[in-house]
Amino acid sequence: MSMIEEVEALRNIPLFSSLDDSRLKLLSFTSEWVVYQPGDNLCIEGEKGEEAFVIMEGDVDIYVNTKSGPLLVTTHGAGEIVGETAIVCDVPRTATVMAATELVVLKITKDVFMQLIEGCPEVAVAVIRELAMRVNDGVRMALRDAE
Amino acid sequence: METSIFKYILRYSRKEQVLILIATVLSMPLVYYSLEIPKLIINQAIGGDGIPASILGFDVTQISYLLILCCAFLALTMINGGVKYHLNVYRGVLSERMLRRLRYDLYSRVLRFPIPHFKRISQSEVVPIITAETEPLGGFISDAFALPAFQGGLLVTYLAFIFNQDVFLGIAATAMYPLQMYVIPKLQKKVNELSRKRVLTVRSLASRIGEAFAGNTEIRSLDTSKYERAEITGRLGSLFEIRKEIYKRKYFIKFLNNFLNQITPFFFYLVGGYFVIKGQLSLGALIAVLAAYKDLAGPWKELLKYYQMKEDIRVKYAQIISQFHPNGILDAPLLDSDASGRQTLQGALSSNGLSYAEDNGVKHVDGISFEIPVTRHVAIVGPTGGGKEDLARLMARLIDPTRGQLKLNGVNVAGLSVAQVSRYISYAGPGAYLFTGSVLDNIFYGLKNHPRPADTAIDDANAERVRLESRRTGNSAFDVDACWIDYKTAGVEDSGELEAKAIELLSVVDLDRDIYELGLRSKLALNPNAALEDRLLQARHRLSDELSRGDLNHLVELYDYSRYNTNAPVAENLLFGVPRDSATTVQDLINHPYVQSTLAKDGLLDELILAGRNAAETMVDIFSDLPPGHEFFNRFSFISSDDLPHYKLMLGRIEVDGIESISDEERQQLLSVALMLVPAQHRLGIVDDAIQQRLVEARHRLAEGMPAELTALITLFNSDVYSGESSVQDNILFGKLAYGQARAEIRIGELIRSVIDQLGIYRDIMRLGLSYDVGIGGAAIPVDQRQKIALARALLKETDLLIVNDAISVLDTDTELKIIAGVQQLRRNRGLIWVLAQDHPAAGFEQVLTLEKGKISKRSNGSD
Repeated sequence: MSMIEEVEALRNIPLFSSLDDSRLKLLSFTSEWVVYQPGDNLCIEGEKGEEAFVIMEGDVDIYVNTKSGPLLVTTHGAGEIVGETAIVCDVPRTATVMAATELVVLKITKDVFMQLIEGCPEVAVAVIRELAMRVNDGVRMALRDAE
Repeated sequence: METSIFKYILRYSRKEQVLILIATVLSMPLVYYSLEIPKLIINQAIGGDGIPASILGFDVTQISYLLILCCAFLALTMINGGVKYHLNVYRGVLSERMLRRLRYDLYSRVLRFPIPHFKRISQSEVVPIITAETEPLGGFISDAFALPAFQGGLLVTYLAFIFNQDVFLGIAATAMYPLQMYVIPKLQKKVNELSRKRVLTVRSLASRIGEAFAGNTEIRSLDTSKYERAEITGRLGSLFEIRKEIYKRKYFIKFLNNFLNQITPFFFYLVGGYFVIKGQLSLGALIAVLAAYKDLAGPWKELLKYYQMKEDIRVKYAQIISQFHPNGILDAPLLDSDASGRQTLQGALSSNGLSYAEDNGVKHVDGISFEIPVTRHVAIVGPTGGGKEDLARLMARLIDPTRGQLKLNGVNVAGLSVAQVSRYISYAGPGAYLFTGSVLDNIFYGLKNHPRPADTAIDDANAERVRLESRRTGNSAFDVDACWIDYKTAGVEDSGELEAKAIELLSVVDLDRDIYELGLRSKLALNPNAALEDRLLQARHRLSDELSRGDLNHLVELYDYSRYNTNAPVAENLLFGVPRDSATTVQDLINHPYVQSTLAKDGLLDELILAGRNAAETMVDIFSDLPPGHEFFNRFSFISSDDLPHYKLMLGRIEVDGIESISDEERQQLLSVALMLVPAQHRLGIVDDAIQQRLVEARHRLAEGMPAELTALITLFNSDVYSGESSVQDNILFGKLAYGQARAEIRIGELIRSVIDQLGIYRDIMRLGLSYDVGIGGAAIPVDQRQKIALARALLKETDLLIVNDAISVLDTDTELKIIAGVQQLRRNRGLIWVLAQDHPAAGFEQVLTLEKGKISKRSNGSD
């Protein structure tokens, strides 16, 4: 994929839809496009995290460790971002992310991500919305489990 | 050591001093005659007065007499010169021998210093004492006895002559001597004092400069260089004042001497004249006495000069020696003797009321009693400074208890020699000092206790001479080049087993991975090894097979002469090689006229410049919004933030006036941007398939007619040739890791390891890693690896007891626990004492002692 195609692909992702061309180029150029095989781990729960992943093609499964072993929590697909909690909140990885299919992701390092949020309020708002949704999901799930 | 330099000289060079004295006395007639003959030549041969009629029965004329005397003069001059030459060489050699002995003695004493003493002395003070301060002593040693004897002899002779002529004249000639002999030492004493002060000031200056070296980071980061310079200025100032005072006094002594010497003729004229007038002395006798007195001045002056030098040297020697007599210096026999016929240690390490206090009286270890069976695994824990560190050092006999005794199987450790202790006990401390040399040299360092007997006797005239010379100066009788590594100390039979054991230990101290990686990164250019290179080429081919077999070709893009490598920069693709060494840059190679003309031929050069322009435009587009100096420039951009405005202008000019409007220099700048492009990584779409094809064609054209001077600068990629200038890993890989493949590096690393194992060259790779140079004091490798090497060094020795004193403190907890478990496993049934951090779990130890404020606060059985 060349940069022009990459920029097109990034533009279609809601999170980045508000970015102008040169910012999309910066994001694409400073981030790594990585191919994962099914079963490869993108990150492992409890480890230190330095990057977030934007899924360009394929699906990932999200697992959390429980007493009875890893539990599949959810699945994310193309256009979604995973792994941002660790770099935004500076905490260890909260879940394990595994490639469910052959996967192409954009690996964004912490400093590039922060640079993007600082320079672009729209992205920051989008990230906040995403995080809030996840917290909401988590609370609902916890309440449901408690019933 | 001898308290005065004269005792030292007499003890070690009595015979030589006598010889010099005899030779000096015997040469005196020669000197006398070489002065006498010219007088004969002028008065008799030339003046024609008193020519003997015949010599040895031959008739002589005036001409032949002149000829004889001149020849005799020539012969005497030569003999005289020869004698002087040999005497000087002999004296020089003697001086140098004594200096060698003195330095060796001083250095040996340093090795016997009690360990705590090293905290109190400054290395930069002691080093110049041994190297520089001893230097003037050498020059004095050969003159120490001969000079005063010779000059004194002359003086006495002249004086005898004068007294023989007339007692009163004799008294007149020596009238000033008592005064001089009284006053001058008084003045000299003050000079001695000053020169003593000067030596001390110079030493503290050296020590302060040494501190600036050690504290360089602090001085820079805290901006205290002005303060430091003021500090040095103060010391240089006081040095100057002392020197000025010394000069004043020294030259005053000289002035006084000269004056008093001139007073004497005054007495001669007065007293002698009186006697001549009275008729009690002949005029001739007075003239003779005056002549004798003139001769007297020479030796007298020399003697006074000697006296001043002697005083200076005496002071210097005393000051040197004073630094080498610390309290508690180790007895020489304890250091020198060898441990022979070692038996396995039995019983227990025990103590009764063991105490250790430093000079300030604070007790670090306070009346501790214990009995530890020598095969037990014991952990010593407690707060830092609670005494555990010093207890471990006491147990290793590195420091001596102030009270109480430490006993090994009932024997007081204080009476054991260093060799015996080190055969029983190995010790690894927190310092982890490494010596200059390779990793392997350092791991083997503890085996070098004594040269192997078979290797000490090399029958070679030169070696014999060197040995003899070191023996006669009391130096070490051992040859440093002999084979020092004792396999038995490590419990093995030969070098192969030793290497195997060392490599095995690397995994115990968790260093195997690091050394393996050092091995993979090493270059064979300096130590070519054809057999290994051959195997590594096999590894290269095997890896390529494995890649296709395992369907892993997408992880690596191998170099292929007929294909473009999208994971390599344009420049590497074009040259199909890399610069041979760091002195040449890619730019230098591309700028070579041959490359430029070849590229220009079919317009590829212009295309590349255009590609450079496109890339530069993208860079300007992407990075313009970032503030200047943002770290992304360094990490991602081809163009630095400083150059960005310039490129902006250039690109604007091209936009308006076309590409022809830019200068040659700017063309080169754009070209260099294009040369850095890596299509797979940068994904700019600039180096497209068409250009890639053209670049491969250009590669072939370049290769065909490449001039030798250019080939010499490039390491070409050739699948059948090993490149010594590239790392072992690059040689095996022979390609580039593919961009954007998850875990490619790890998976390829594993694959390389499996290929290395298949070919059985793991040990060769480890050997390469082990030959890595650790730098001065181990500075070239990180501190955690240094600690691991030091631990491996202690583990390599087969001893009954291993004491590990906080020796792997910089490692993370997981690694530390892993190493402790490994060492415990390795030392099953053999003693192990480990000093650990305060709240360490101390798992796997049979006994845990807790030390607080110098006392054992808790004894518990281990947590097995």
